[in-house]
Amino acid sequence: MSILVDESTKVLVQGITGSFGARHAQLSIDYGTQIVAGVTPAKGGQTFDHAGKKVPIYDTVSAAVRESGATVSVIFVPPAYAGDAILEAVDAGLDLVVCITEGIPVMDMMRVRAMMEGSKTRLVGPNCPGIVTPGRGEKSFGGCRIGISPGYIHKRGNVGVVSRSGTLTYEAVWQLTQAGYGQSTCVGIGGDPINGTSHIDVLKMFNDDPETEAIIMIGEIGGNAEAEAARWAKEFCKKPIAGFIAGATAPAGRRMGHAGAIVGGEEDTAEAKKRILAECGIAVAETPSVMASTLLQRWGK
Amino acid sequence: MNIHEYQAKELFDRFGVPSPKGKAAATPKEAYDAAKWLDVKNLVVKAQVHAGGRGKGVFKSGFKGGVQLVESPEAARDVAAKMLGEVLVTKQTGAAGRLVRKVMVTETVSIEREIYLAILMDRESRRPVIIASTEGGMDIEEVADKTPEKIIRESVNPLAGLQAYQVRKLCEALGFNTTARQFGRLLHSLYKLFIECDCSMVEINPVVVTTDDHIYALDAKFNFDDNSLFRHPEILAMRDPEEEDPREVMASEFGLNYIGLDGNIACLVNGAGLAMATMDIIKYYGGDPANFLDVGGGATKEQVVAAFKIILGDPKVKGILVNIFGGIMDCDVIASGIVEATREVGLSLPLVVRLEGNNVEAGRQTLANSKVALITATTMADAAQKIVAAVQ
Repeated sequence: MSILVDESTKVLVQGITGSFGARHAQLSIDYGTQIVAGVTPAKGGQTFDHAGKKVPIYDTVSAAVRESGATVSVIFVPPAYAGDAILEAVDAGLDLVVCITEGIPVMDMMRVRAMMEGSKTRLVGPNCPGIVTPGRGEKSFGGCRIGISPGYIHKRGNVGVVSRSGTLTYEAVWQLTQAGYGQSTCVGIGGDPINGTSHIDVLKMFNDDPETEAIIMIGEIGGNAEAEAARWAKEFCKKPIAGFIAGATAPAGRRMGHAGAIVGGEEDTAEAKKRILAECGIAVAETPSVMASTLLQRWGK
Repeated sequence: MNIHEYQAKELFDRFGVPSPKGKAAATPKEAYDAAKWLDVKNLVVKAQVHAGGRGKGVFKSGFKGGVQLVESPEAARDVAAKMLGEVLVTKQTGAAGRLVRKVMVTETVSIEREIYLAILMDRESRRPVIIASTEGGMDIEEVADKTPEKIIRESVNPLAGLQAYQVRKLCEALGFNTTARQFGRLLHSLYKLFIECDCSMVEINPVVVTTDDHIYALDAKFNFDDNSLFRHPEILAMRDPEEEDPREVMASEFGLNYIGLDGNIACLVNGAGLAMATMDIIKYYGGDPANFLDVGGGATKEQVVAAFKIILGDPKVKGILVNIFGGIMDCDVIASGIVEATREVGLSLPLVVRLEGNNVEAGRQTLANSKVALITATTMADAAQKIVAAVQ
């Protein structure tokens, strides 16, 4: 088991012919992920060719779903069009939409989330590295890689990883893999202030997943998502959790790269979040260098 | 992105938010002309800088007050001459102060009472929220702290927009009766401005009711969503690079994300989260970061060179830490970029490089072969300890 996606998940790529989308579609195919369709308006009927595979391209998501049976979409569409791309995927009835695009206007995401109320589709992102359920082959190949994470750093195992940041996720995953501990699923929820899936949503899924035995939760300054997740975990989570919060040295009122990473009030500083995590029984990593070792210690390994 | 008060007035005029009549002036002569054009007895001249506390600010020339009441065009001209080309220091500018290149001349209004009004994007509810208070003109955080019952919040459904009943509720709570229609129009106009200009916040403190029953937005603060500026060339044109850190301006030209800080250890990192975490670990081991710098996921050699130039442009910097997790990027390409950059800029400061990820062995080899005097590190902790030791 794993969460959200596994080896058999059929994935379609929105924006498969753009340079970024094409590159990562190729890397996902190399990793062994079932990339079954691509969508680029006005390029329907063409194919995306890589490693002996011919992935059919469609004009619309609904046609791609009908023909390919895809249940998950990954979006590499430029920011101005990404909101529309998400809504098209929701309209096509996909189970999961993973939006990689960075720089979507906040107003667009506000409307997208409001329009998604009541739909069955889960959105992960935007501005995220995506999701990896590692495979069982060499260097974890044979798994499901959706997005832009480097596949080879993973190893199949029992730690769930959830994070707002891309490279910080890779750092945690690499520390785990080097220590000999693999991952069930790694979920990048993205660094924007309005996103589809929050830390608490992913913690709930990890808690219910029999393969996940321990969890690393990585957060940063801004908002209250980590505090909300920690309070839930204190009450309901049965599994050991280690946490790290980036941005202890960030000055108030400055946006630190991610649109969501900005200290507004007293509760959304790194200091406050770390304190809340610790109060809720989460082992807090003092530095990003010890994310894995902090978990292993709490886990009794 | 921030804008000046006179630019905020331009936006108010465009959307029909009433504000006192006024004009910006770049010379004493223009200030005189503006005052003549206004043709009223009581005028106010305000220095235009991106910082609050102007009224209590002091110019480096010794002249006191960045906001001055005057009663004639001649006096407006004389006051403008004392502000323009001078550096104003307020509690928000820091000791360096800000050069005043424009003033704004407006009519004064006789104030009956003051209201606080703001619209902001609330990330938790994912909706625009209107915040209002009868305690206008005060420090709103203090009001929220001491008398939270005096803060009114009204959340707006983004798909339906601001409804008439919400305006009636706000009017009642704020005690408007004869001026309720005027305030309603102001609120609708302001909401339209907030949405159409992709604001993340617009704050008017205060909205004033005059003794002759008029309503005006007196002072405004805008924040725009940087992600949306691609579709607002008219707002982007209001950007004043003179008010920004020149290193941040240069960084944005190269697609780099840079924020200057006060320490002496510069960092160059890929990814915003990792960049913040790198600053944190420097601090943890007793150092002080000089900046936040995210070179992004697909940094080119040109970007790395530009990043080094920006870092070295800060005289406080005594050492550099490069921390790259090359996920998809080839570490060897990054290593070559670092070597080229150090040659091009003639590096003389201690440099610690921590590379991890794709093709890292080749990258480390390239660094070793380059004969560039750098210190290599394996983990983030190792790198942070080495650079902290090197600058001591």
